[in-house]
Amino acid sequence: MTAETGPWLGQSIERVEDVALLSGRGRYFDDLGVRPGTLQAAILRSPHAHAVIKSIDVTAARAAPGVVAVLTGGEVTALSVSLVVGVRAPIQCWPIAVDRVRYVGEPVAVVVAADRYLAEDALELIEVEYDALPAVIDPTAALDSKVLLHDGLKSNVASDRSFRYGDPEAAFASAAHRIAVDIHYPRNSCTPIETYGVVAEYEPGDDSYDVLANFMGPFSLHPVMARSLKVPVNRFRLRTPPDSGGSFGVKQGVFPYVVLIALAARIAGRPVKWVEDRLEHLAASVSATNRVTRLEAAVERDGRITALAYDQIDDVGAHIRAPEPATLYRMLGNLTGAYDIRHMSVRNRVVLTNKTPSGLNRGFGGPQVYYALERLMQRIAVELKHDPLDVIRRNLVPANAFPYRTASGGLLDSGDYPAAVEMAVNDGGLSELRARRDRAHLEGRLYGIGFTAVVEPSVSNMGYVTAVLTADERRKAGPKNGAQATATVAIDPGGGVSVHIASVPQGQGHRTVAAQIAADALGLKPQDIRVISDFDSARDAWSIASGNYSSRFAAAVGGAIHIAAMRIKDKLARGAAAQLNVPADQVEFTGGRARARGNPDNAVPFARLAAASHWAPGTLPEDAHALRETVFWTPPQLTPPTDTDEINASLCHGFIFDFCGVEVDRTTGAVRIDKYVTMHDCGRVLHPGMVAGQITGGFAHALGAAVYEEFAYSPEGAFLSGTFADYLVPTPTEVPAPVILHMETPSPFTPLGAKGVAEGNCMSTPACIANAVADALGIAEIDLPLSPKRLAPFLHKPEPKP
Amino acid sequence: MPRLSADQRHCVRLTLNGRAVEGEAEPRMLLTDFLRHVIGATGTHVGCEHGVCGACTIEIDGALARACLTLAVQADGTSVRTVEGLAPEPGRLSVLQAAFRRHHALQCGFCTPGILMSLDHYLRSHPLPTETDVREFLGGHLCRCTGYVPIIAAALDAAERLRNGETDA
Amino acid sequence: MKPARFDYVRADSLAEVHDVLAAECGEAAVIAGGQSLVPLLSMRMARPKVVLDIMRIPELAGISLDGDTIRVGAAVRQAELLAWSQLKARQPLLALTLPWVGHAQTRARGTVCGSVALADPSAEIPLTLLALRGEVELSTKAGRRRVAAEDFFQGLMSTARADDELIEAIRFPCGRPGEGHAFREFARRHGDFAIVACAAVADGKGVRLAVGGVADRPVARTFAGLGGSMLGQALDAFAHELEAREDLHATAAYRRELVRQLGRQVIEEARRCRA
Repeated sequence: MTAETGPWLGQSIERVEDVALLSGRGRYFDDLGVRPGTLQAAILRSPHAHAVIKSIDVTAARAAPGVVAVLTGGEVTALSVSLVVGVRAPIQCWPIAVDRVRYVGEPVAVVVAADRYLAEDALELIEVEYDALPAVIDPTAALDSKVLLHDGLKSNVASDRSFRYGDPEAAFASAAHRIAVDIHYPRNSCTPIETYGVVAEYEPGDDSYDVLANFMGPFSLHPVMARSLKVPVNRFRLRTPPDSGGSFGVKQGVFPYVVLIALAARIAGRPVKWVEDRLEHLAASVSATNRVTRLEAAVERDGRITALAYDQIDDVGAHIRAPEPATLYRMLGNLTGAYDIRHMSVRNRVVLTNKTPSGLNRGFGGPQVYYALERLMQRIAVELKHDPLDVIRRNLVPANAFPYRTASGGLLDSGDYPAAVEMAVNDGGLSELRARRDRAHLEGRLYGIGFTAVVEPSVSNMGYVTAVLTADERRKAGPKNGAQATATVAIDPGGGVSVHIASVPQGQGHRTVAAQIAADALGLKPQDIRVISDFDSARDAWSIASGNYSSRFAAAVGGAIHIAAMRIKDKLARGAAAQLNVPADQVEFTGGRARARGNPDNAVPFARLAAASHWAPGTLPEDAHALRETVFWTPPQLTPPTDTDEINASLCHGFIFDFCGVEVDRTTGAVRIDKYVTMHDCGRVLHPGMVAGQITGGFAHALGAAVYEEFAYSPEGAFLSGTFADYLVPTPTEVPAPVILHMETPSPFTPLGAKGVAEGNCMSTPACIANAVADALGIAEIDLPLSPKRLAPFLHKPEPKP
Repeated sequence: MPRLSADQRHCVRLTLNGRAVEGEAEPRMLLTDFLRHVIGATGTHVGCEHGVCGACTIEIDGALARACLTLAVQADGTSVRTVEGLAPEPGRLSVLQAAFRRHHALQCGFCTPGILMSLDHYLRSHPLPTETDVREFLGGHLCRCTGYVPIIAAALDAAERLRNGETDA
Repeated sequence: MKPARFDYVRADSLAEVHDVLAAECGEAAVIAGGQSLVPLLSMRMARPKVVLDIMRIPELAGISLDGDTIRVGAAVRQAELLAWSQLKARQPLLALTLPWVGHAQTRARGTVCGSVALADPSAEIPLTLLALRGEVELSTKAGRRRVAAEDFFQGLMSTARADDELIEAIRFPCGRPGEGHAFREFARRHGDFAIVACAAVADGKGVRLAVGGVADRPVARTFAGLGGSMLGQALDAFAHELEAREDLHATAAYRRELVRQLGRQVIEEARRCRA
């Protein structure tokens, strides 16, 4: 509903983005015009999981109608250097295969032609001779496989680090029970409906590149791309379109194509555009990591956990593409989840296999960790014959412990986990759900209940991934930390207000919330504020932390907008003070006016006051020139890893407690979500409608990951999920409406008290559904997706012989 | 009709949202590419090009169609409606579009044009749908942002308002 | 993902269709709704020299009753048949199965005959045609013939249609008094091709069960008067005869088990409907 008066934050106002988007006037990547003469690229991709490229003959393709250039690995290596790799290992990462292909879908050649149809025609004329090699698909088998992904590696393990916090050995030695789970977490991706797009141009006069791409950040990858292109950061201009058709982390993975298409433009001597098609996207854009985890707990008789031991093998695919191995390290500070566990050991291995390189994907690292941890919580309950909810309750971080420093260095900012759980149990109707389950059991139906409690991290510490290095290596490399958020608030000559942000929204409505924040600060209406969110690295304020990831907008960018707007307001107040004849601290901004507190008739219109800095600066004291304020804000809590590897990997930590009732069809094995309750504490809620949208959207992604979606490979490396008929994205008939509950404990670390909320259900829901299915079937080991194929052995009797 | 040869462009004429348009297309050109890049009507989006995601759903001669599963030459002589034709006038929204806005039934908005076209068509012939009806009908669309909940709510709300006599005009 | 080049002919008459088909020796692809052909073109898995559009030929339009048969012309879209006012009265099984064909958005465009021409082993329309002992009408310049569904579907996407033949229509027998019908399908998502689909027609002599999604084509079997464990054994034997496929979404054993369980459910349901 559109409200009439402020404060605007906390209201679900209609989005400023929507009229254009609903009318077909969005400005997405492929809707923007290109320069005359722009060429189109198509990419030839490897049909093999692993093979040596013996020869590539592009003669016929070069001579094909409309073709201007053809690139292969040779052209790319001649003009660029490998993308930077985040671990110390003899591994290179090129945007195109060089002498060898390592996954199905890896680019082998790029054809640049007058249009896409002609470019695809020419692809068919390229002759590639491959010498197939054995492929390594299973991450455990890859550990000691004789087949090595990269020359110079002694094994496919690119990184192997162990961590020790507290005294886990003593805790395990004295524990009443040791309970473990073994998990094989599958590959999947949030597959935005808009695919990747890049249009690039090279200017030989000053050796610079100008690129428009639907990249989402993090802009720490900007210098990575510039370095690969062998130009300084200021000669690599990267722009993003005003609208983006979804990302969920996935559009981070466009960055190797930015390099590739930039090089294609340089070779072609003309602007080159590439739009990824869906088949390319499924096979070769990016994927979440699959992970093999053994997680063991030292447990007291009452279910209290005294120590955890993680052994994680993260499969990053064929290359370690930046920012990997970040999936493995984002959660290092909160591997103990929502629980007060003081002792922990961790072994993290990064393994290479013949699969698409991994990268950002909604939940980033959380789904893999919480699936293990929350399955373990249920196993503890089952093995010790406790109520699973009681095991959760017994281990929660207590309410009076915030801010709470975790064993591995995370700083949980705020919350009241026990109260949130009790509120969810009562308001979410757990006892009715239990009665439903009991009735179902009486009718002979397979029905189970699952629980999960998770901590949702947001606003990433840009230094967390350096925990993959030893303390010594980190000292040599120099410290990395923080998360510079930026925002600019500007006054125009008409006294109007603009906000510029580098948060690169991908559908989350940043422009609306930015307008709410600025409007509240300045006593205006959101519709008075113009928000610009398309990004240009050559003009906008940005840092390596800019972009749209780790749910950082509300907490970090929102805070920066607020600070910038308050600076403008303070300056305006000083200007108003003289006109209203009151001290500046007695000027208040409301209803589009600046007025004297307590004397509403003593007022000046906002626009008139604000325009004065343009038209009559001489009438104002110098500290009242309110024209443009750019704020860089980084929270002091985001410090680099300590020498003993403690790391506060994220600024904010929301809390989620979920429970659900699930029925499994005895005949088909189909999983039906009967009821799903999700309780969130994401700090202060800035826009309830958008928060609900993030939760229902994340829930749908998580349901997909839990039940339907998998990037499946055959043991030989064939990719089996190459179309939307094989990679099963849930439709409206598969996704029920979750019951959403809220509790608000503001973060003390963010200017507005907000925390991130977008990723939590991707962390909590897969484990919650699996716990319910395990409960329904009475089984101990269960991996995702919960497909009929996987559940059938627990349902169908052994088949009679024909 | 005469055979249209593969390597030439041929004139395709159609009515787009009530206005006559024409452009040239090889026989192999998809209607999505024709609408977007020849005519310049970029409201119809391309999400999968194999008929699953539904982002390119439009109306051809009053029936729903996936534009990505249609050749431009097949649409010659037809009447096509796209998302650009839904709003009664620039800056105003139809009852359905307004319901989407009110319910936050879109986030990135990329799948939205196809869903709007489907629902606009559906609600004209099904004024009193149940939630199950709407979910089943929208089974031919993928949305990755919203989890569908607000889309279903917006559709039911729009249906009720249309029943109560609210009009687009 | 753009098609390779092809010529395009929008035929105005049946004669023109027959001429093109005869001249191209298998290099012509008939396009009707295009719901299966166009993705195959875009993926370059189909590479015809000419695409032959039959949707504006008057003789191919329309649903008609020919005695006890429903004749569906090649240009009839799935939505049109589903909306046909006499559908449920004339053939209850079609009314049960058609809503499972794809989605409303693809049914609006896809044709009934197109689905038969494609012969996907999981598709509902070929399954229904087989369950009802329907026929396919094929024509060339030289003449026409009718082929029973049983003989028409010959394997994975493979049919008895010769290169120069057009599927002009398909013929569904009307339901007869005293028949009972049932249909069940399991797919991963609503609207997906079936992992297993079972259609049953019960009459005084027994129950004819047709199964899709399992073998390389839909397969039917008549179970005469069996019940209880005898039916179980017969279904089990049938399941094993089917040479069930194995794919990403289901094992062969899984498919066989669904034939046993869903098969029994639809047989019993069809019998109940009859009664």
